[in-house]
Amino acid sequence: MRQIAFYGKGGIGKSTTSQNTIAALSESLRVMIVGCDPKADSTRLMLHCKAQTTILHLAAERGSVEDLELEEVLLNGYNNVRCVESGGPEPGVGCAGRGIITAINFLEEEGAYEDIDLVSYDVLGDVVCGGFAMPIREGKAQEIYIVTSGEMMAMYAANNIARGILKYAHSGGVRLGGLICNSRKVDKEVELIEALAEKLGTQMIHFVPRDNVVQRAELRRMTVIEYEPDHPQADEYRALARKIENNTNLVIPTPISMDELEQLLVDFGIMDSDAEYQKAIEADKKAAAV
Amino acid sequence: MTENNGNNVNTPVAAEPGVIQDHFDLFQTDTYQDLFEYKRQFEGAHSKEEVARIAEWTKTWDYREKNFERKALTVNPAKACQPLGSLFVAAGFEGTLPYSHGSQGCVAYFRTHLTRNFKEPFQAVSSSMTEDAAVFGGLNNMVDGLANSYTLYKPKMIALCTTCMAEVIGDDLGAFIQTSKDRGSIPQDFPVPYAHTPSFVGSHITGYDNMLKGILDCLTKDKKQETTNGKYNFNLGFDPYIGNIRELKRILQLFEIDYTVLSDNADAFDSPNTGEFKMYNGLTNLEDAADSINAEGTFFFQKYTTPKTQNYIEKEWGQETFNFRPFGIRGTDEFLTKLSEITGKPVPQELVEERGRAVDAMTDSQAWIHGKRVALYGDPDHVFGLVNFLLELGAEPVHIVVTNSNPEFEQELKAVLDASPYGKDATIWGKKDLWHMRSLLFTEPVDLLIGNSYGKYLWRDTHTPLVRIGYPIFDRHHMHRYETLGYKGVLNLHNWIVNTILDELDRQTIIPAKTDISFDLIR
Repeated sequence: MRQIAFYGKGGIGKSTTSQNTIAALSESLRVMIVGCDPKADSTRLMLHCKAQTTILHLAAERGSVEDLELEEVLLNGYNNVRCVESGGPEPGVGCAGRGIITAINFLEEEGAYEDIDLVSYDVLGDVVCGGFAMPIREGKAQEIYIVTSGEMMAMYAANNIARGILKYAHSGGVRLGGLICNSRKVDKEVELIEALAEKLGTQMIHFVPRDNVVQRAELRRMTVIEYEPDHPQADEYRALARKIENNTNLVIPTPISMDELEQLLVDFGIMDSDAEYQKAIEADKKAAAV
Repeated sequence: MTENNGNNVNTPVAAEPGVIQDHFDLFQTDTYQDLFEYKRQFEGAHSKEEVARIAEWTKTWDYREKNFERKALTVNPAKACQPLGSLFVAAGFEGTLPYSHGSQGCVAYFRTHLTRNFKEPFQAVSSSMTEDAAVFGGLNNMVDGLANSYTLYKPKMIALCTTCMAEVIGDDLGAFIQTSKDRGSIPQDFPVPYAHTPSFVGSHITGYDNMLKGILDCLTKDKKQETTNGKYNFNLGFDPYIGNIRELKRILQLFEIDYTVLSDNADAFDSPNTGEFKMYNGLTNLEDAADSINAEGTFFFQKYTTPKTQNYIEKEWGQETFNFRPFGIRGTDEFLTKLSEITGKPVPQELVEERGRAVDAMTDSQAWIHGKRVALYGDPDHVFGLVNFLLELGAEPVHIVVTNSNPEFEQELKAVLDASPYGKDATIWGKKDLWHMRSLLFTEPVDLLIGNSYGKYLWRDTHTPLVRIGYPIFDRHHMHRYETLGYKGVLNLHNWIVNTILDELDRQTIIPAKTDISFDLIR
């Protein structure tokens, strides 16, 4: 059984990308998705419904996670992909990280990992605490794919996640499988992400172009693979799925410093250099004086 | 409510300088009684009449119904938390230092809890986590903690478990231990088994299971041989009666069975006082534990304490496992029959005679115990053994409270109760606590209560005589030294139960010229 995880900044299109990729993978493998996002939207396109019954939601209702049965939370989605959402507390209360630990322990104890070729974890945003690192601990996901785009903050997040992976790489077996560029149509996006990938010691495994069919499919709570299987965009996801399936380029990442990252952005004209910044501020001051 | 009348009460002084009064007497003196009365105003205390009225109301069916509707609150649960079980099982292995990854307060609690029951010092260390560890993770604490523990206390193994704080922040023990080794805290090949034991999940028996599995998994790595070693492994579960381990070993020796007790903590909790301090008293040596993977099979005496370990041994080791409860006559019979079967030897004459004596003792006291209504509580397997024995005596279990219960256990116990004419009035109250038990005892009184020291509050309130069997027993000494296992254990259990009934009978008939007509010399 292979275990992979998708990480990335919130709002980057991580869940959409991961579900489309999984839909493509499910054409040849038996897959389970473990959603590790309190929003519980990691399986929406598979199940065609907005928010399914999450482990923590049910546990809160019953009083304890021990009172749950696996069948109540493990649902069958598109192409028999098994779907489960950890869920989490309401915003502003409790501890979502602990929620993920609880949910994954529950799945292991209840034998959810049997008869499966591939498990995919979908993890929200940054690795902000130990709980969000749960999927990359020893014995869990060995390969991490970071969904990013050519936007500055998405790249910041990608670098931070690489730092998280590095922390666990030496003690456990977790490796970085590559960056998935989910295009935002930023100038020189491919080059930029390839440059970042090189600095992180990894690859840009695939460039997913932007296409409105993704949004149209999403409106119908479907992946493109299901909604328009013959669309070129579906083939993009299939290509990504094949690359992940055959990926052997698994590395311990070499995250870069903030200065290096900023320099990279300057080089690509995303951000101005310090000198330019000073110049602009000076100009503003002069203008104000006049 | 008491009014604050401004009359400050003076600080009490000793009546006679140099003479220290016992607190039983001291607190009854006027100075203290005045002080207590004066304090009531700050405590927002209700009038004594109101307290008495409510206390009366808590004895009613009306209150019982409200009590059983309770959802979010637990009062006096009959269980402890996971790390306690972890430290308990770890202490049985040779040269093993139990290590709790958390704050100092947690490990102090477990140590105290064990010490108060066994009246024996108990060594365990912690990562001394404080607020900064909660924010930044406990890695640095563990790196230093392991280095210090290894250097100062020179253990052969450190058995590591977590606490709530480490679990909530999500510390990854496997990674932390490896990092500690990489940073030179401890040698690379030094065994550090670990278990995740959040206190807010399960109970002490869950922690016992997790740690035992962790230890066996760590020690038996790459030790699997082609052939078996001809031995059998025995695990007693969270059994506070160290006499049981010794009794088990005696029985096995009588059968001449080659055995390994997985976690033999008999000496850890009952070390001889020779005048010389010995830090490590775990009797299961690490080589034997490592070789346990090559045994013929493993016996578990507490099915519901060690489900994960048992499953692990079956699946990962491919070894046969057995569940027996050698408590009471039938439980012991079944166990000895099995030993006879695997050895091909008849049950030793010594044990046959012991059985005869146990049965004899039971018939001697039959008249006093038959038909007595009993309430009891404790861990699932402990309760299971006791219920079986009570049914053998013809006593009638009525209220059975098991806070750390599970549906499978309840089903198994129910089948036992249904199969006996003495079990028909019994109700199994799973996941309930001792405050529920209090309501049960008031509304449907019984003749006898069996449980740990916490039962004394129920005895105080309901006057149901208490037989102290279980864990913890803080307020009576030496109980843990006896065996409750096997035919000898039958005698002890029987002795404690029947003599509590007779003591109570004396208490009931003690008023001269009124009830003492039945204050008999001979019972």
